Amino acid sequence: MTNTTTPDAAESRAPEDDSLQTRGRTRSRLTQNAQPRWQWLVVLAVSAVLGSALSALIGFNVAGWLIFTAVLHVVITYVITLTRVNRRRATDQLWRNLIFIAFLIALLPLVSVIWSVVSVGVPGLLAPGFLSSDMQGITGTVDEASQTEGTAVLGGIRHAIIGSLVITVAATVISVPIGLLTSIYLVEYARGGLLSRAITFFVDVMTGIPSIVAGLFAGAAMAWFLGTLNAVTGLFGSMSSTMGITAAVALSVLMIPVVVRTTEEMLRVVPNELREASFALGVRKWRTILKVVIPTAVSGIASGVTLAVARVIGETAPILVTAGYVVNTNWNLFQGWITALPVYIYRQFVNPTSPAFSEPSHQRAWAAALVLIIIVMLLNLIARIIAKVFAPKTSGR
Amino acid sequence: MATPDDTSTRTSTDPSTGAAPTRSTGRGGSTALSRSDSRGVFGDRLFAGLALAAGILILAILAFVVLFLTLNSGPAVVDDEDGLIIGQFVDYAWPLMIGTLIASAIALLLATPVAVGVALFISHYAPPRLSKPIGYVIDLLAAIPSVVYGAWGMSFLAPGLVPGYEWLHENLGFIPLFAGDPSQTGRTVLTAGIVLSVMVLPIITSVSREIFVQTPKLHEEAALALGATRWEMITMTVFPFARAGIISGIMLGLGRALGETMAVTLVLSPGLLTASLISSGNSTIPAEIALGYPEAPPGSERQAQLIAIGLVLFVITLLVNMVARWIVSRHKDFSGAN
Repeated sequence: MTNTTTPDAAESRAPEDDSLQTRGRTRSRLTQNAQPRWQWLVVLAVSAVLGSALSALIGFNVAGWLIFTAVLHVVITYVITLTRVNRRRATDQLWRNLIFIAFLIALLPLVSVIWSVVSVGVPGLLAPGFLSSDMQGITGTVDEASQTEGTAVLGGIRHAIIGSLVITVAATVISVPIGLLTSIYLVEYARGGLLSRAITFFVDVMTGIPSIVAGLFAGAAMAWFLGTLNAVTGLFGSMSSTMGITAAVALSVLMIPVVVRTTEEMLRVVPNELREASFALGVRKWRTILKVVIPTAVSGIASGVTLAVARVIGETAPILVTAGYVVNTNWNLFQGWITALPVYIYRQFVNPTSPAFSEPSHQRAWAAALVLIIIVMLLNLIARIIAKVFAPKTSGR
Repeated sequence: MATPDDTSTRTSTDPSTGAAPTRSTGRGGSTALSRSDSRGVFGDRLFAGLALAAGILILAILAFVVLFLTLNSGPAVVDDEDGLIIGQFVDYAWPLMIGTLIASAIALLLATPVAVGVALFISHYAPPRLSKPIGYVIDLLAAIPSVVYGAWGMSFLAPGLVPGYEWLHENLGFIPLFAGDPSQTGRTVLTAGIVLSVMVLPIITSVSREIFVQTPKLHEEAALALGATRWEMITMTVFPFARAGIISGIMLGLGRALGETMAVTLVLSPGLLTASLISSGNSTIPAEIALGYPEAPPGSERQAQLIAIGLVLFVITLLVNMVARWIVSRHKDFSGAN
């Protein structure tokens, strides 16, 4: 793990090899600079001990101990390599250690987030009726009773799960045809003209639209659309633009570019010979696309769509500004406010059902966060499984 | 793509390739070639038209985003009585813009070194067998919803950082960044920046990693053969090759950090613009919209104001993303030589 076998040929004539020879071992010039494989373990152990001592001086805590250990390990390794081998190898060791530490630092928040959500969320998830009830009838007094008298925390996320499901399905129904057809246009019909280059560029740009801006757009567009419709037909005057379908439109603005990017990539790897073979048999282009190109790429497309769904199902901001927040279950996309799971989490944290007794609200929020993470992870897993299982076979001719 | 891929896809789709023509001739009969042909022509046109329409629709959506935001933000800068009130709007918007930039800058400063390190770890240091699973693990960071990060930052990270902020204030209080009373809840712009850095890390990592593994193998091996250590090999071959990729990864991360809403909304307790990173204060554009929009009555000037800062945010992220894409596309032509 620590030592490359790459010899430092250029500087292997360094004079520090006395210490090695006094130990009675003769080494070839190529390996004399190699440090023992166990060295990093020893250094780590020593720096852990020293680190605990140092952090004890300023009041022991785990974070301080880990920081001291890491710093000491880096420094000690550098100094040892510098004195025993040479500066170049020491620099190499230094950066190797820093890169390992960078990786460990990156793992830290992941572990911390998952651990905190699981540890706090599980009790809420196990509360009776958490998945099968909504928040109707859950008032501040109910929560106050649970916190002060220890009765079970009531209320659940049925309405939020249904809301998320309905909105996400609607967004998928809107974005997949548009995204798929666009990528078909880009791969099969466009010939590198201005339009196709513009589409590619603006799809890339669209990937970076802030999610809240997508929400603002959908809200404004829907209000304008309903207003116009009302002016023309005089029928929809009572409709408010705050409803599920507005949120679905906002989510599709975020989802379309992802779908286009992934399906385009998948269509491009379909070998041209397949298309040519189909054309040579007299099959029309649209049938070739439907029967040859898409079936070949379907596993990649399906996994790309699943990943896109996983991305938008966790979006909070666009739904927060378009769909509102209610306590009861609403299946209707076109009528009334609708709650999505992420918005539920946010609202339970920020506006607890009972402001003075917020514990039950927080418990519900954490449990809902756990459910959301599980949903997203499952979707990611499904995407990988689809990509792997339904991928065109790599052998077996 | 690689040859094994080609042969594989061919074998797997052979049945459908074979099936398509048999079916179409079977339906048309042996002599009705022309009839099935005309139907096919219609299908072809319809399909091509649909595909083209979808492509144009995407451009139209983007145009509509700009159009609707601009139209609806009108009342924020034009008042019935006072005429143009741009100055008032700018007074409102610029602290939010600065706040957004501060939070994003912190996020990038913290995330970039770690992200590049992780990308190097995956591409050049980790055992080859482990590098793929490690890549998945880092991608998991990107999969966690932002509201969960916000909740984590608010409930776990912020309280944990309070002693650190107090230490910073006592020892480095002479620097304006650490002046001011340290927040007792830890919900400051620095905490928000740290949470944002966790969220942009996987973006920078995945872009850099993709470029790192594309470094020409011959360059790397040549450097090693000349006696370079692994780090020297990386500085001599990998970094020069990947510079543009790293920069564009950082820009994409910046785009994400600028537009990130829920994490900042939950973590930050918003306030007036201050230079201090460790006392409560500052706010960002997305957080301001998320907090204000649900309360703003439809069609009011307040709503127009929020849509207007949304437009400002949109333009900023658009510029950042366009620059990032431009760097990538320039790099593409450049690496064609390999």
